[in-house]
Parts: sequence; C-alpha cells; structure tokens
Amino acid sequence: MVPLHFQTIAELSGRLERRELSAVELTQALIARTKAVEPRVHAFNSLDETDALAQAVASDARRAAGQSRGPLDGIPVGLKDVIAVTGQPLTASSKILQNFVSPYDATVTRNLKNAGAVLFGRLNCDEFAMGSSNENSAFGPAANPWDTTRVPGGSSGGSAAALAAGEVIASLGSDTGGSIRQPAALCGLVGLKPTYGLVSRYGLVAYASSLDQIGPFGRTTEDVALVLRAIAGHDPLDSTSFKADVPDYRAALAGPAPRRIGIPKEYFGEGLDPEIGAAVEAAVKFYRDRGCEVKEVSLPHTQYCLDAYYVIATAEASSNLARFDGVRYGHRSKAATDAIDLYAKSRAEGFGAEVKRRIILGTYVLSSGYYDAYYLRAQKVRTLIRQDFLKAFAEVDTLLTPTSPVPAFKIGEKADPLAMYLLDIYTIGVNLAGLPAASVPCGFTSGGLPIGLQLIGQPFKEADLLALAHTYEQAQEWSRRTPNL
Amino acid sequence: MSDFEAVIGLEVHVQIKTASKMFTRVATGYGEPPNTLTDPTVLALPGALPVLNKAALDAIIKTGLMLGCEIATVTRWDRKNYFYPDSPKNYQLSQYDQPVCRHGAVEIELPGASLAVMGEHKKIELTRIHLEEDVGKLNHESNDSLIDYNRAGTPLMEIVTEPVIRSADEAFAFLTSLRQSLIYAGISDCDMEKGQMRCDANISIRRVGEMKLGTKVELKNLNSISYVRDGIVTEIKRQINVVTSGGTIVQETRLYDGETGRSASMRSKEMAHDYRYFPDPDLMPVRIDAEWKVRLAAELPERPFAKQTRFIEQLGLPYSAASVLVRDRALADFFEAAVKLGAKPIAAANWITNDLLRDLAAASLALADSKITAAHIAGLVALVEQGAVSSSQAKEIFADMFQTGDQAAAVADRKGLRQSSDTGALEGWCATAIANDAKSADQVRAGNAKAINALKGAVMKLSAGKANPKLVDEILKRQLGV
Repeated sequence: MVPLHFQTIAELSGRLERRELSAVELTQALIARTKAVEPRVHAFNSLDETDALAQAVASDARRAAGQSRGPLDGIPVGLKDVIAVTGQPLTASSKILQNFVSPYDATVTRNLKNAGAVLFGRLNCDEFAMGSSNENSAFGPAANPWDTTRVPGGSSGGSAAALAAGEVIASLGSDTGGSIRQPAALCGLVGLKPTYGLVSRYGLVAYASSLDQIGPFGRTTEDVALVLRAIAGHDPLDSTSFKADVPDYRAALAGPAPRRIGIPKEYFGEGLDPEIGAAVEAAVKFYRDRGCEVKEVSLPHTQYCLDAYYVIATAEASSNLARFDGVRYGHRSKAATDAIDLYAKSRAEGFGAEVKRRIILGTYVLSSGYYDAYYLRAQKVRTLIRQDFLKAFAEVDTLLTPTSPVPAFKIGEKADPLAMYLLDIYTIGVNLAGLPAASVPCGFTSGGLPIGLQLIGQPFKEADLLALAHTYEQAQEWSRRTPNL
Repeated sequence: MSDFEAVIGLEVHVQIKTASKMFTRVATGYGEPPNTLTDPTVLALPGALPVLNKAALDAIIKTGLMLGCEIATVTRWDRKNYFYPDSPKNYQLSQYDQPVCRHGAVEIELPGASLAVMGEHKKIELTRIHLEEDVGKLNHESNDSLIDYNRAGTPLMEIVTEPVIRSADEAFAFLTSLRQSLIYAGISDCDMEKGQMRCDANISIRRVGEMKLGTKVELKNLNSISYVRDGIVTEIKRQINVVTSGGTIVQETRLYDGETGRSASMRSKEMAHDYRYFPDPDLMPVRIDAEWKVRLAAELPERPFAKQTRFIEQLGLPYSAASVLVRDRALADFFEAAVKLGAKPIAAANWITNDLLRDLAAASLALADSKITAAHIAGLVALVEQGAVSSSQAKEIFADMFQTGDQAAAVADRKGLRQSSDTGALEGWCATAIANDAKSADQVRAGNAKAINALKGAVMKLSAGKANPKLVDEILKRQLGV
C-alpha cells in the first residue's frame, strides 16, 4: 500500500471519515516524515509541531461530534511563507522579515481553517517570491525530491518540494509569472494558477499585485479541485477579488471536458528540451485520439511577454516592497544615524541580491522621463498579449503548451539571472492576461525527472481546465509515481 | 506696493468627515491614544490590502457638485512613492492624472466699505479636487521620534486653485467661503486647530502690467485662516523688498510661523521628489454614473451665498443681519425655524444676531447647548407685535428666557411684565399726573407738544412701567383737550 504521506486528500479524507485513521495520527506521521527527509529537502522555513497537533486534535474532536467540515477536515496543508497565518512567522524567505510574526490571517488561511485543514508549517520559497529555482531564499535553497542535487523550481519551490517529498498532503503557492506551475512541473505535481481575482490576495505578501495569484498544489487534479473549492470566492477585503460563483470543482471533473484544443506555435520553438517536446506531443496525441479537435493557433506577441513582465512586475515590486523599511516591523539596522540612513541600511542588510535587482529595475522604469518609454509601453503590450489569448479562445477552448522549457536543473547551475528569467517564457503570458492555467505531470525524462504539461483556460473556467486535465490523468500513471528519498 | 501685484494659488487639504478611514474599516478620530486607530492596512503589514470607503468618494463628488466642477466618469487611484516615516507604506494613495473633480469655482465675498455694506463678489477658479489619504504624525522627543498612525489613512481632499488670487484678503475670503460651504454640506468640520483644514500658498509677484509670472515661493504650515492672510501679506512684502533692493526671488518652500509672523526657508525646490506615480494595482478604477451624481446632488444643502441673497431679497433682512445669520448653518436654520413659527423676519433676525449671539458668547455656549429655541424667539416677537410687552420689558424677558428656558409668555406672566391697557387705571394715572404737574400740563395746552413727555414719564412711574405708551399718549391728549 502507498504510505500515508504519499496518499491523496481524496484517499485520506475517506479514511478519516471511516475512522480508520485520526487527524492526529496523520499529522504525527507527517511530522515524522518531515523530520526524516527535511535535512535533504529543506522545504520548510519553520514548523510549529505543537500548533499543528492542536489543530489535528480539534479536527478529530469535530469529527467525533459529527461536525466534520468536509473533505479537508484534518488534512495537513502547507502554506508558502508569503501567506499570513496568525501567530506564525511570515518571512517571505527574507532576512528583512526573519523575526516577523503575523498578527492576522490571510483570507485563504481563514478559508482553510474554516474547512478544517491542519495548517502545516511555513514553506520555503524564493525571497518575496522572486525567482524560478528557490535558490533565492535567505534561508537556503529547497531541493527537488526527485534528485536533491537539483532545484524544485521557484518561487513556490518549498510548496512543491514538501508535497513531492511526502511532508504535506497539499500546499498553497503563489504564482506571479509561473511560480506554481513551473515547480509543479519540475516536481511531478498538479499545480493550478487560478484566474486573477478568483482567490483573494488579502494576506499574501505582495510581489507584483496585478499578477500575483494564490493557487493550490496537489498530487492529483481531484486534490487541486478540493483545495481550490475551499480557497476561491469573493473577498470584500480585496478590491480586485471577483464576484464569481464557486462551482464544485471536484464534481466537475466527471463532467464533459472541453474538446477544442489549441497549440500555440510560438511555444514550441528554440530552447525547448527535446524530451519535454516529445512528452507534450504524446499528450497532444492522447487528446487527438480521444476525439478532441486539436489545431495550431498563434499568440503573435509571445516574444514580448518576458520584457513586459519584467517591467510591470518590477515596477509594482519596487513600490510594494517600500514598506519594508525597518520602521514598524522587521529587520532594523543597528548602524543607522537618521531616517534616510535607517531605510538605506535596513534594506541593504535585509534584502537579497535578486530582490534588490528588481527593486532597482522597477524604480528605474517608473522614474519620470522613463515612465512612458517603459511602464506605459509595457502596459500596452500587456493588452496586446491579452488580446492574443482572447482571439485564440474564439477558436479553441483550451491551450496546450509545455510548462517549462527544461526539466529540473542543478542547484547553482544557472548563475546568470537573465538565463533564469528565460525559464518562465511559457508561463508568464498567462499572468499578464490574468488567465487560469494548470501544470499536469506528463512524463519523465530519461534521467528520471518529471515533465509538466500546461493547460491554459478561459477566465473563471477552472472547472473545464481541471476536467480536461483529469481525463488525461486518468489515462496515465505519471501522477502515481513517487520519488525515492 | 502699487507697482507690484501678487499672483497666488492655494492648495487646501481638507479632512473628510467619515466614520472609517479611506481604505479600511478602522474608525477615524482625533485625540485617541496613539496607534489605537490602526489595523494591518493602516500599518502596512505585509499582505494587507486597501478597499475603498465609498463614503469618501461620495463626499468629494458632493463637493465637486457644490462647486460646479466637472466630475470624472472614471476615477482611479495612483501611488505617490516616497520614503517618510509618517507614511506607513512609503507610498501615498492619491490621484494623479484622473482626479474626481476638475475646474469649478468658489464664490467669495470681499470685505465691504463697512460691516453693513456687502462687498464685491468674485469667483476663484479651481484647477482640481482630488482624494488622497492622510499620513501619520511624528512626535519628536529629545532623542527619539515616535510615530502615531491614528491619522494615517484618514480621507483628505486636496483642493487646488488656479493662480488667480490677487491679495491676502481674497485668500482669506476664499478660505472662509470654502470652509462655510464644506461645513454646510457636512463634508468636514474644517477645524484648523485639529488639522482638519490645512493650507499651502504659492505666491509670486510681478510688476503691474507684466504678463510673465514671477518666481513662486511656497508658504507652508498656514494652520489658521488669519495666519494665511498674515503669511501672504508678509511674503508679498518680503518679495517686494528683495526685488526693489536688486535681489532675485529664489524658488523655495518657506515655513510660516503665525506666532512670530516670520517665515524661514524649508528646502529648495530643486530637491523636488520624483514621486514615480503609477496606477495602484490593488484598487480598481471606479465608474461614476449620472444616477450616482443625481442622488448626491439631492443631498446638497442651499449654498451660503444663495441663502444670504434669499434672506435679503425675500425676507427683507439688511445685509448685516443676513451675512451674520448665514455664517453658520445651524444659526440660519434656527432663524428660519423662528420665521416658520410666525416671527417677523427682521425682528427675529435682530433678536438672534444682537441679543442671542451676545449672550451665547458671554456664556461661552454653542447655539445647540443654549436653552433658547426658535419657539422662544417666535413667542417673544409675538408678544412685542401684539403690544403686550414694551421693548424694555421684552429685553428683560429675553434675559430671563436665556437663564431659565421658560417661554416668553410664561416669563411675562411670572414676572408680571405685561403692558396695562386697562383704560380705567390709565385714566386715573393720567389725571393724577396732570394734577401733580400743572406746569407741564399748561405748556402742552399752550402748544408745546414736547412737554407731554414729562407727563408720560410720570404715568409710567405711577404704573410701575406697565402702562401702554400708545394709550397713555391718547388719554393724556384727550384729558388736556389738545
């Protein structure tokens, strides 16, 4: 039998419901597993065992009283360390927030608590969610459970690694330019970036507000559907939150999946690893064989995605990160002599190199004289990119692409930040357009590293997207493989 | 001075009176213990987000409608990025290129030749009115600077005039009129001592006839309307002195100290910030439709100058009384209530502007806290009209009402302050007076009409002041046969 720590929410919630297992036993098993593998994986920034067990005890008590809150009740779920949990550290993997404890809950945190989930630890990530490898964490990189000399992807690398390593049953990440989908692909998981506005950002440490979106990691589309159901919905505390109905995503998995699939030709060019290309082709063949209509489409502005992204994201980041100044909370320099010096030194000591690089870039593109040339122009490009997608959606229901051009690479292998930025070329357009997209396992390289397939959907059609992914998942065994750790 | 003219533009910050802050539900307030009116959004904790308080937008739209501004159909919020400890996010939510209101004007009234004469009316054009959030407050102690974020996030309107103000008097009249309108509409209490209204003035001078604007100096920290007037007068003098003694005006910001009447350079404008404005991605733009504007327009009160005109033209009040009454909406409402209860407008206005305001001031009472109501005024005016009390009796009744809160008729009855029209008693008093003062009586009979006053005085004495003077006059004349 599959060990507890590699089981799915669907399996475990059934066992909890039948009292074959208690939430306390499950939590204890995961704490033991975490202790065993964490020295090699380093997916956690912190883990409050006492708090996790207390939540499990409460869950068992609810179930005993016949007041179970549904499929997530008692299920350990890990949160990326950019999502606020009352009384728990919130570091964003940065020295500047090293000793910060959040006095309030993010809306997704409250939603998960309401669903009865056991919130399990603070998961490692790239500092302030900036990165594609999880190497930018101030507390050291997380490792890929399939090969611990390799990166798990970023920036939600800890969320992916913890799940792939069997330390949590599901997790949340945040996706600004691919930060859920790319690590999901590199770690052999299902990861979903929801439509912008479907999940509240209240309590998510902001990187780039107009692009950030919280989303779930799961072993299966079913698990992702269950977590999404719990965290989605309108939030009066987030002005950008959309007033949309939240369907029963799990029930939708069995329903009819969209049948018209578009293959954007710009996503299959230079730089794509041939093994990944072949795996994605095989998935295309699967859908074609199942009677789907598959056709090539064009997203002509794809080549500008990266440029527009790094202007918009850094501009917003430079402003969003201005609040980390050592005045109200977080790291304060002991060497400062006046207010300006306090800002300069606290920030110089507190932020890592990649964060500084992006703040400086963002400050530059917003400065007077450059605003029109960079920021305004990038916003216009963004509109064109969104129109590309909407035009394509007039012809097809879903787009199918690779998630990452390469499989997991070695820690330290990519020293050039610009080379690193290129890893997000297939995922960034989705954030610029505000669309939902999922990464689903679609094979392994000859070296045994997971490969991900990206499905891009129309706004708020997560149910269709997951249903389409589910039909594929049912027909293969990629999702059932587990790493040898 | 006469060789020069001043060109002045004002930037006025007004705190909008809302129950909660502009982008979160925490209460607004003044005088609370430091940092008690805060939450994750006010303190800019990691992850906290702003959500617009629609009441703040309502208030600025109303202001715009009141001042004849164009109201934007879509408005949005921008981030003004700068580092300062009183700004928790290190950016301020403000409006850059899409303010809620553009253009419009504030009608002002300049001082007349005397208090009884209405001065010239003029319109001061506005450039824009936009919304922004207030910042916190720094309290500097010997070795430390402490920050109180209670004020941070309070909604502010910034009202910017065109550079069309020509004198300190015009600036004073502008602020007086603006303040009056905003208080009338319930948008702000405009208490300058509490920082609810703050003003910066941009001042330049040029020789009369010149078109080119001179170098402007920004005068900051003008925290009372009189300081604005004094500060501008001082600055114009300073600039004229500099120019006439061969110097040049330096573009700078000066802090004006109302206590000493001096200003000092604060920082040079060359160091002006690059605020890196950009649209806030956390807040959605808001569409302002016609229906919304119509609903808000219906809530607007009559404007002070319109009320003043109506009082003069329809109710026949003199300018002096009308201008005093409209200064305060509560006072004007009080006056109108008395008129509605039947009081003659001029009489009611006199009692209110002379006696009531004098006694309120002497007792340091607000109108709302006094025992006198519109019904008291109406009752008193009626007694005088009916001839039931004399004017001196009425004064006595008013003083009593002010102390006790009893109605005029009740006071008159309690104190026996009613004129006697009992002809029997009057005939007797008149006859006694004539008998006691034959000399005066003879003079009257001889044609000296004024001599009757001595007899009248005697009758009043005999009646202990109760005799109705009109009747006494008639009876005396009849008894004397004139």
